[in-house]
Amino acid sequence: MTGWMNHLVMAPIVVPMLAGSLMILAGDRWRGLAVALGLVSTLALVVLAVTMLAVADEPVVRIYRLGDWPTLFGIVLVLDRLSALMLVLAAVLGLSAFVFSLARWHRAGAHFHPLFQFQLMGLNGAFLTGDLFNLFVFFEVMLAASYGMALHGSGTARVRAGLHYIVINLLASLLFLIGVSAVYGIAGTLNIADLAMRMRDIAAGDRAVLEAGLAVLGIAFLVKAAMWPLGFWLPGTYSAASAPAAAILSILSKVGVYAILRVWLLLFGAEAGASAGFGGGWLLVGGLLTIAFGSVAVLATQNLSRLAGASVLVSSGTLLAAIGAGQVSVTGGALFYLASSVLAIGAFFLLIELVERGREVGADVLAVTREAFGAGAEEDEADAHEEVGVAIPGTVAILGSAFMACAVLLAGLPPLSGFLAKFAILAPLLGHGDAGLPAANWALLAALVLSGLATVIALLRAGIEVFWASPAAKAPRVGLVEIAPVGLLLALCVALTVGAGPVMGYMQATAQSLHAPQDYLGAVTGAPARAPRGGE
Amino acid sequence: MELVVSIGIGVLVGSGVWLLLRPRTFQVVIGLCLLSYAVNLFIFSTGGLRSGAAAILAPGEAGSLAQYADPVPQALVLTAIVIGFATTALLLVLLLAARGLTGTDHVDGRERGR
Repeated sequence: MTGWMNHLVMAPIVVPMLAGSLMILAGDRWRGLAVALGLVSTLALVVLAVTMLAVADEPVVRIYRLGDWPTLFGIVLVLDRLSALMLVLAAVLGLSAFVFSLARWHRAGAHFHPLFQFQLMGLNGAFLTGDLFNLFVFFEVMLAASYGMALHGSGTARVRAGLHYIVINLLASLLFLIGVSAVYGIAGTLNIADLAMRMRDIAAGDRAVLEAGLAVLGIAFLVKAAMWPLGFWLPGTYSAASAPAAAILSILSKVGVYAILRVWLLLFGAEAGASAGFGGGWLLVGGLLTIAFGSVAVLATQNLSRLAGASVLVSSGTLLAAIGAGQVSVTGGALFYLASSVLAIGAFFLLIELVERGREVGADVLAVTREAFGAGAEEDEADAHEEVGVAIPGTVAILGSAFMACAVLLAGLPPLSGFLAKFAILAPLLGHGDAGLPAANWALLAALVLSGLATVIALLRAGIEVFWASPAAKAPRVGLVEIAPVGLLLALCVALTVGAGPVMGYMQATAQSLHAPQDYLGAVTGAPARAPRGGE
Repeated sequence: MELVVSIGIGVLVGSGVWLLLRPRTFQVVIGLCLLSYAVNLFIFSTGGLRSGAAAILAPGEAGSLAQYADPVPQALVLTAIVIGFATTALLLVLLLAARGLTGTDHVDGRERGR
């Protein structure tokens, strides 16, 4: 690795930050400049993320010391397989949402472009940081930008949903701070790897306080990941947000899952002494309840955007439960599921806007049933914008097949990657064969299969209603820049399916290094066999 | 001193939670402010409460937490204050927008029973 390659780790944070700052200077008057900058930045992020993915696929964990302070004094950025994977997902989703927004959404309100860049900066920072408090700072960057993104386009529904979203996330941030400071008070460090090294030597009297602090921290993460009693804000906010904003917001819930994966597996692995496996049961049960709630929500809704929101809940629940199962190969499957569901849900959010556009005539016919479900006024401002793009022939066919691909992906049916992902989670759960399976495995198995069934039913119903039952008054006018991002995301899912072997190998290697994080700990703290030091 | 700080944090958290559960947006904002004060005090107290101790080492002296205040919580609390301040300001703007768009200051955008 050459000199400039060392600084590559920093680039996914610096590039969008610079681009966003320049866009603020350019203001909304020179929108062309902002668009050009945004394109350069998002494309650069994709290239950077893919490069880093290639660099990270080896046991060496790379760290970047900001300001070149010694590790435990300064803040470190850490690049390992998991963060590289998340960077790629965020970059691809960012590129798609950005290109999609160029059709019309970026003109729907002020400061869309800078907010978008800062959103990406916060995401990338959260994936790269190796320090708990720095994680908080990047969470806040990400959330502050997401408040603006959720409100983009304004309107009563967005402001009402945004208010709930902001209050809940402010509260979660306060919990985050309480957790972080309790951890610092006991362990005397905020570096996650250093904390993991100290876990074993925490005095018995202090251990309860430390675990309580980490549990509070976990609640803050789980609010982001929308685990069951903490996730009621999610469908409302995501369905009210504009399509590109909803697509980029949908990865925010995965940041919560990422934080759980990173912090929980590092701190409560086998080396944590008396704390090993702390809270695993909660993750599993909470994940199962989230799947159950999400499945009911998927079945209960007739509004496509809320349906997408509910399927975010299902995917969060699946991930949490699979992580909570605490087996290496299940975690590997969960990572594959993470990649597949981020791409599929992003594509679905973008697609919904295009599909709904064609339904504005048919929506009147359905108004009666919709009113019964209390979901009436979600399209009130859609008419206000002029329609863009030409009516390409076969639009409905393209939209229909994209919808079908999304449905297959979300429900986890063959032949696409959603099926492989669920299979990769389920196969290790059943793996032991002759010995009786524990009840938790059966529960997870049943939850995954039943949630798939619920998703299939709901999406079939929605698809029939949208494409067959509605009077086809006019084909929706869809621009190429709008359908291309959906195509890109779905094509990547197909690529995940075709290249499932190498991808799955990467995911399993990631899961192994997460469950046995010696490389991570060694790289960050610099001394694998450092003399143990007790708490305060 | 520990007792006073603990009681202070407790009162702030109690009032903050109560206000947060009220139906008016302004009460919610004030509740969040009180909670963030409580959290800031809590962060500050994790470094150990000590009066008259400097956070910066004097030249030529070995640093020890027995003589000096822990500077890290102070840095953390500064960051937390700035971020909390900015997000509260954003929430205030949204509060006004919600009041203008929905015509009510209820957190759900409509009065109960309507």
